[in-house]
Amino acid sequence: MNKIIDFIGQRKSWAIPYAIVMLIFIIAPLFIVAWYAFQDGDATSLHQFEKFFNSDDSTDFNTFIYSIGIAMITTIVCILVGYPAAYFMADKQFKTPQVMVLLFILPMWINLLLRTLATVALFDFLHLDLGEEALIFGMVYNFLPFMIYPIYNTLQKMDPSLNEAARDLGATPAQVFWKVILPLSMPGVYSGILMVFMPTISTFAVSELLTMNNIKLFGTVIQDNMNTGLLNYGSALSLILLIIIGISSLFGGKDDK
Amino acid sequence: MKKLIANGYLWALMLIMYSPIFIILIFSFTDAKALGSWHGFTIDLYANLFKGEAGPSLNSAILTTFIVAFVSAILSTVLGSLAAIGIYNMRPAQRRMMNFVNQIPMINPDIITGISIFLLFVALGLPRGYVSVTCAHVAFCMPYVVLSVMPRLMKMNPNLYEAAIDLGATPFIALRKVIFPELKPGMLSGFILALTLSIDDFAVTLFTKGSDGINTISTFIYNDARKGGLTPELRPLFSIIFITILVLLIILNLRTAKQTANKK
Repeated sequence: MNKIIDFIGQRKSWAIPYAIVMLIFIIAPLFIVAWYAFQDGDATSLHQFEKFFNSDDSTDFNTFIYSIGIAMITTIVCILVGYPAAYFMADKQFKTPQVMVLLFILPMWINLLLRTLATVALFDFLHLDLGEEALIFGMVYNFLPFMIYPIYNTLQKMDPSLNEAARDLGATPAQVFWKVILPLSMPGVYSGILMVFMPTISTFAVSELLTMNNIKLFGTVIQDNMNTGLLNYGSALSLILLIIIGISSLFGGKDDK
Repeated sequence: MKKLIANGYLWALMLIMYSPIFIILIFSFTDAKALGSWHGFTIDLYANLFKGEAGPSLNSAILTTFIVAFVSAILSTVLGSLAAIGIYNMRPAQRRMMNFVNQIPMINPDIITGISIFLLFVALGLPRGYVSVTCAHVAFCMPYVVLSVMPRLMKMNPNLYEAAIDLGATPFIALRKVIFPELKPGMLSGFILALTLSIDDFAVTLFTKGSDGINTISTFIYNDARKGGLTPELRPLFSIIFITILVLLIILNLRTAKQTANKK
């Protein structure tokens, strides 16, 4: 009995309930996904991956490549639009950065589907066609805050004397930006890329709504397979997505913090 | 001049970001079936929503959303805060491992979290419903609570707890009287974050809700949108949620602003 009390008294054991929940509902399920991905009927096999990479009907693989393309465009547009916004807000002369940042993040707290339907409404309202452009607009609209916030954070923490030092040493404002500010803010850009790129590939429902069911992204393909009971194939596709996430987070994580 | 460009750019961007939201806010005051056509000003949609005349499935979806959100926010705040204290007191190697685990649900796309928990229930042959949705929500909300509580712990004097124990407090009393008051602000923001994350969630809920007809607002909207038309009462519902979240966030931010001002 005393041992039990001692054990509870140790503060590090307070994390145990949390660890158990994480083990059961986060870690173990990932292994189950991997297990399902390598099953075909009752046997272990690579059939699901063959089906994806070498099948005569390569629609899913094409969707995968197409999704990566859309995600890249979305990410680039987010950087081009989001970087100046973050840069202006991080400027020391800017009076109300907190309020502005809050206003940019606020739409993220609104249901993703409602935001998307609102975008559809906006396009209808302006008599614009739904399609690829609407898809990219919607994705940028949905994920722009994830780009602005990390860039703003790194820029804001930057020592302003670096800027002054570069100026004193004779750099032009453009040189200061390209040689000092931009390289130092890259960690923020990397985390932004990570937070925009992956969700764009994996988000489902959004692409259907924005293109009137004409364009599917990879997330939708996964969901369709799970829905129609092709659990093994769906798991294999999820595993492919997971591997890409693993690789890209190693990539981005290196420069972070 | 530079200031003008900066402000102009930011406000233009803001206008684009908010225009879809404004459209929904404005069209919540007209009872046209389709979004975008104006049938004159009326608050009928709001009245329908509050009188519960928006249809039984929407009513139960709203109820489910809030029950699941409150239960999972409370559970994840309790477990997450205890975990933060635990992790804080671990050795560096253990702490690094826990931090890594903590990041998994945040990095994983929702669809993967949803599918993996769905497969867990399928593999174990357990039925899906309220329990699976709540478990899933607790699992993906806890890491955010840990991250909100951790900074408060870092700022706390580590000797306070030891002092309380030396003065004869049991660990439970020390937790309640010494640690808890210090962590309260972090726990509150963790709770609000968990609440909004749970209300907002779509992908995880869709996979874990099972097929017995449980819906949250998100999955209700999804089914509705796939059928073509969108229930008009969703517009006032959305407007109310938006305004509530706006107010909550402003309160939270004013609190943190006040705290930083007090520190200075």
